[in-house]
Amino acid sequence: MKQHSQEQNKERIPPLPQAGEGRGEGDSPSHPTSNHPQQLTIDVAGLSKRFGDLVAVDDVALQVRRGEIFGFLGPNGSGKTTTIRMLCGLLTPDGGRGTCLGYDVIRETRQIKLNVGYMTQGFSLYQDLTIRENLDFTARIYGMANRQEAVEASLERLGLADRQKQLAGNLSGGWKQRLALAACMLHQPQLLLLDEPTAGVDPKARRDFWDEIHHLAGEGITVLVSTHYMDEAERCHRLAYIASGRLLAQGTVKEVIENSGIHTWTVECADVYALGAQLRGLPGVSQVVPFGNLLHVSGTDAALLEQSISPFKEQAGCRWTQSQPGLEDIFIQMMEGAKEK
Amino acid sequence: MPTLDYFSWQRFLAVVTKEFIQMRRDRLTFAMMVGIPMLQLILFGFAINSDPKGLPTAVRVADTSEFSRSFVRAMENSAYFKVTMQPKTEAEADRLLAEGDAQFVVSIPENFARKLARGERPAILVEADATDPTAVGNAVAALAQLAQTALNRDLQGALQPLQGKPAPFDVQIHRRYNPEGITQYNIVPGLMGVILTMTMIMQTGLAMTRERERGTMENLLATPVRPFEVMAGKIVPYIMVGYIQVTLILLAARLLFQVPILGSVVLLYAVVLAFIAANLAVGLMFSTIAKNQMQAMQMTFFFFLPSLLLSGFMFPFRGMPQWAQNIGSLLPLTHFLRMVRGILLKGNGFLEIWPNLWPIGVFLLAVVVIGLKRYRKTLD
Repeated sequence: MKQHSQEQNKERIPPLPQAGEGRGEGDSPSHPTSNHPQQLTIDVAGLSKRFGDLVAVDDVALQVRRGEIFGFLGPNGSGKTTTIRMLCGLLTPDGGRGTCLGYDVIRETRQIKLNVGYMTQGFSLYQDLTIRENLDFTARIYGMANRQEAVEASLERLGLADRQKQLAGNLSGGWKQRLALAACMLHQPQLLLLDEPTAGVDPKARRDFWDEIHHLAGEGITVLVSTHYMDEAERCHRLAYIASGRLLAQGTVKEVIENSGIHTWTVECADVYALGAQLRGLPGVSQVVPFGNLLHVSGTDAALLEQSISPFKEQAGCRWTQSQPGLEDIFIQMMEGAKEK
Repeated sequence: MPTLDYFSWQRFLAVVTKEFIQMRRDRLTFAMMVGIPMLQLILFGFAINSDPKGLPTAVRVADTSEFSRSFVRAMENSAYFKVTMQPKTEAEADRLLAEGDAQFVVSIPENFARKLARGERPAILVEADATDPTAVGNAVAALAQLAQTALNRDLQGALQPLQGKPAPFDVQIHRRYNPEGITQYNIVPGLMGVILTMTMIMQTGLAMTRERERGTMENLLATPVRPFEVMAGKIVPYIMVGYIQVTLILLAARLLFQVPILGSVVLLYAVVLAFIAANLAVGLMFSTIAKNQMQAMQMTFFFFLPSLLLSGFMFPFRGMPQWAQNIGSLLPLTHFLRMVRGILLKGNGFLEIWPNLWPIGVFLLAVVVIGLKRYRKTLD
């Protein structure tokens, strides 16, 4: 019975346009829920998931536009992976609704799986298969008609054509990550869900990886990427911050900084540790973070913060300047706030 | 400087403590460490008996004399025989032996009493199912004694002189299916079942837990592949491996051990499928419970041990107490052993093995239902 209704849906929905094709009005699928003026690839609200007593994800709403790179930030165990798993149909949400590529995240998980490329947190290809065998297996699972060409093209693009017979388990971290990306791009998905793809990868490989992601976004592919790195967050078009399962901020980097309500002073000082020790715990001072010879002093109440630091402004050898809070300052502040709640 | 010592108690104790903590965390392993010795104690201590008594015996009496009754009573008194059936015809008696319902068929001929009285030393025919030589060994030895003394009380008055040596009648013993009592005839076909049980359960058990342990399961679940496709795709290669094993053992049985192959090899290959499927299903069920490959191994062993000891492979099935026989009857290996021995040594056909085929089917169904239920749960 269930099978039958899914087959019917398949007939009703025209295939999604492939990467690189135009993004005009005509591409809009005729599915009722995807008929959104803003072309939202991901549009979910009230998403929640519990594991026993633990609320892993609590009332999360996400809007990701087509062709955008959306950064998903948050500390470990904040619910990033759980949210991503719900988006690609690996987990059934306990509450909430919405669509992913125009498909219902609860009822149409099979269609979502067919059109989404999901890169898991750890390397999850077969270590005891060669590079080529892994790609070939993936192509088969997705039932690709032009399997051979797709694998060939992927190997070329990766630059692994001459190492295709090497076991995937013997690759270095950077290459494993590139192979994993190639595998989840093989079936030409419209949406990429990347779960901490650059964890444990060297800076050069990270840079290359991000160039690749921007290249894909240029082709019209939507990318949702979770990360811990603030420099990576700044390379996203928009981002969201999640802590303890709750979404605390969403928008462009600029919007997030402007809406944070955090005020930061930077002090250049001879003995930053001595000064820091004095500043910590003063009213209005919520964070004192050393950056080499600099100290970032932040708080949410601008007047109170200024009042507390004013006695130190006169101190000899110290130069105070008002500065913009960094993403890290903001997120740490938000995390503390979320804990208190 | 304690860190430069050749041996430091502190470092040593650190390792010991860590091992204990890890042992405690892995509850299943700990349970197995306690459980397996208990299982061995119970099975070896209580269930196993290499001197089986009360063996089911069919008696076909064509002579209703006092002597016949005395002989049957004497057999029962020896404790080795238990008369459970009284077939009317020779064909019926043969069937009881072929299907394994009777371990012995005793035929007392017509005019037994008259011939005995005339001192013609009539013969009683005892046919034994000797596929498992150890199961009938002691019983057969007891029979020889019986002829001497069984009728002593009946042979009074005029018949007194018939007492003593030689015995007043002859007991002819036919060891059917394995006349020379060659142990290999019994063990080698049985090994087929034992090897299949061990490898099939372990391989599938590991195949699934390996996916989960290495994180490849998550990748697989994110693709459109369906659970049934994964399960079936994992089972089929091992069915082929199972058939290779069967073929190798069969060739070795024939060429190396000269085991007779009386029945249909095609029939054997067909019933092997049910047995392999049952074992693979057990492996898959274990893999849905086991958290890692180590646990899957331990669970395999936990299932394998009773299979080995209670199935009739190592020790006669009928020598075990009733409770152990009941457990044994649930295990696929028990039924497979009877089928494979039946086909190879007795030349059994489909009708004779059917009583042992359907229990494997029921077992398979039950395990698949449990496995699928568990598999669904682990998806979320």
